[in-house]
This record gives sequence, C-alpha cells and structure tokens, in this order.
Amino acid sequence: MPLDNVVFWVFAPISVASAIGMLLVRNAVHAALFLIVNFFCLAVFYLLLDAPFLFAVQIVVYAGAIMVLFLFVIMLLGVDSGVPVRERLIVQRPLAFALGAAFVVELFLAIRAGVGFTTKAPAVFTANEGGNTQAVAKVLFTQYFFPFEVTSVLLLVAAIAAMVLAHRKARAVTQAEIDAAAGEPAADEMPAYGSGTAAP
Amino acid sequence: MRTPVAYYLMLSGILFMLGTVGVLTRKNALLIFMSVELQLNAVNLALVAFSRLHDDLTGQVLAFFSMVVAAAEVVVGLAIIVAIYRRRRSVDVDDVRELRW
Repeated sequence: MPLDNVVFWVFAPISVASAIGMLLVRNAVHAALFLIVNFFCLAVFYLLLDAPFLFAVQIVVYAGAIMVLFLFVIMLLGVDSGVPVRERLIVQRPLAFALGAAFVVELFLAIRAGVGFTTKAPAVFTANEGGNTQAVAKVLFTQYFFPFEVTSVLLLVAAIAAMVLAHRKARAVTQAEIDAAAGEPAADEMPAYGSGTAAP
Repeated sequence: MRTPVAYYLMLSGILFMLGTVGVLTRKNALLIFMSVELQLNAVNLALVAFSRLHDDLTGQVLAFFSMVVAAAEVVVGLAIIVAIYRRRRSVDVDDVRELRW
C-alpha cells in the first residue's frame, strides 16, 4: 500500500470524526478545538495533493489566526453564553440529517459519473515545476493580479467594518469626575516615584 | 499519487454535508459560523484536488482567494456577533428575528 494512500486513510477518518464531534458537542470551546483538528487534517491533505504553500497557509491562517479569533470571541462573550437553554429544533434536526444524506448520495453518483472512482491524478504534477510557491506566485501575480489587488481592498474594508461594528462609544467624562479623581487618589494607587518612604 | 482523486472529492463532500447539517441544526451564532468555515474548507479541498487532477494551479490560487475571503468574512461576522451580544446578551439566532416578515 503506497504511503500517500496510508496517510489519506489515517487522516480522512480523523477529519470526519472531528467534524462530527464539532456538530455534537454543546460547548463552543470544544467545538472550536474539534474544528482546529479538522483544519490540521485538511492541511495534511493539501500536502498529499502537492500544495505545500496552501498547507502552510492553512495552518498559519486557518488553524492559527482564524481559530484564535474564534476562541477570542468565545472567551469575550463568556464560555457559557453559547449553550442554548432549550432545543426547539424537533422537526428540523432529522430533516437536516436526511438532506445531508441525500446530498452525499447525490454527490457519490455525480462523482462516479463524472470523475470516476478509479481515476488517478497524473503521477507528476508538472505545474509545480520550480517549486510550488514560486509557481503559485507566478500564476497569482500574472493571470490573477487584478483579483489579488481587489482582495487587498476587501481586507481593508473588512478591517474598517470590524472596527466600526465592534467599537464601543466612550462615555463622556464630566469635569466634576476628573476633579474628584484628581482630588483623592484611590487607595490602591501606587505612590509616585520618589515621594514614598518605602524602598531602601 | 496513488489515491484516486474521487476519494478526496467524496471526503470534501462529506465534510461539506456535515457543515451544512451544522448550519441547519445549531442555534448558537458562533457554532453556525464555525460550520460555515467547515463548508468553506471542504470546498477548498475539492478545489485543490481538482487542481491536482487537471495539472493546473488555478484551483490552488482559487482556494487561496477563498481563504482570504473567509478571513474577511470571519472578521466582519464575529464583529457583528459581538455587537449583537452587547445589545441583547445572547448569541442565540432565535433572539434576532426583527427582519423576519
């Protein structure tokens, strides 16, 4: 059994199991951790498919940045806030699973009719010549240069939108409050350097 | 490259299905969001598999773009969830129903 087949059959069940785990756990933090496992498995598949650049991007951007952002928001909102008190999806739940099963069956038939279950990719990935990252860069910066630039605008807009949406308006501080704060320093305030009697 | 490409496509489809089921059955906005991420990743896997099959890097570049768009989407979506949570103390999607007919 060739090595890439072995690696595939090791990681495919892990990725499916972690996705199912993400579906079933009630705790949002556990779901995020399952999703990280799934992303790492996908990174391994990218490596098997001769895409080492996407392997690195998947780990750095998805398993790193995006999931940290998710965990950050979960912690910000409170770990317990995500657990719904009531489950009111009595009809939808079996319906969703039935639709999912139908989707997978349909996909199976489509793949069998289209690609075929014995079709193997060419033994050598000639598009990768000279290194995958270099080849991807060449395609990205020549053929897809304009979409690439548009993407930078998109990221800028997203950053501004996040700031606008999550920004909390500062409460106006009155002059009386400033005077009160200046008049009597809080008890736990550290004494100004050189003014105290402490420290030898 | 001995694994048939169809296996990767099938795996991608199964992951996409699980993400869809998650979107349809979860009530927590954060968990719905994670399921959407799972769907996006499943499609990326299919794109990379097709890229390998057709010996063409366009699929990988498209997957790369999809990752960038997903990052932007996560940033805006999480900001919206935080804003809703501040106003309502809840991330249950059933509590946000003003725009339903």
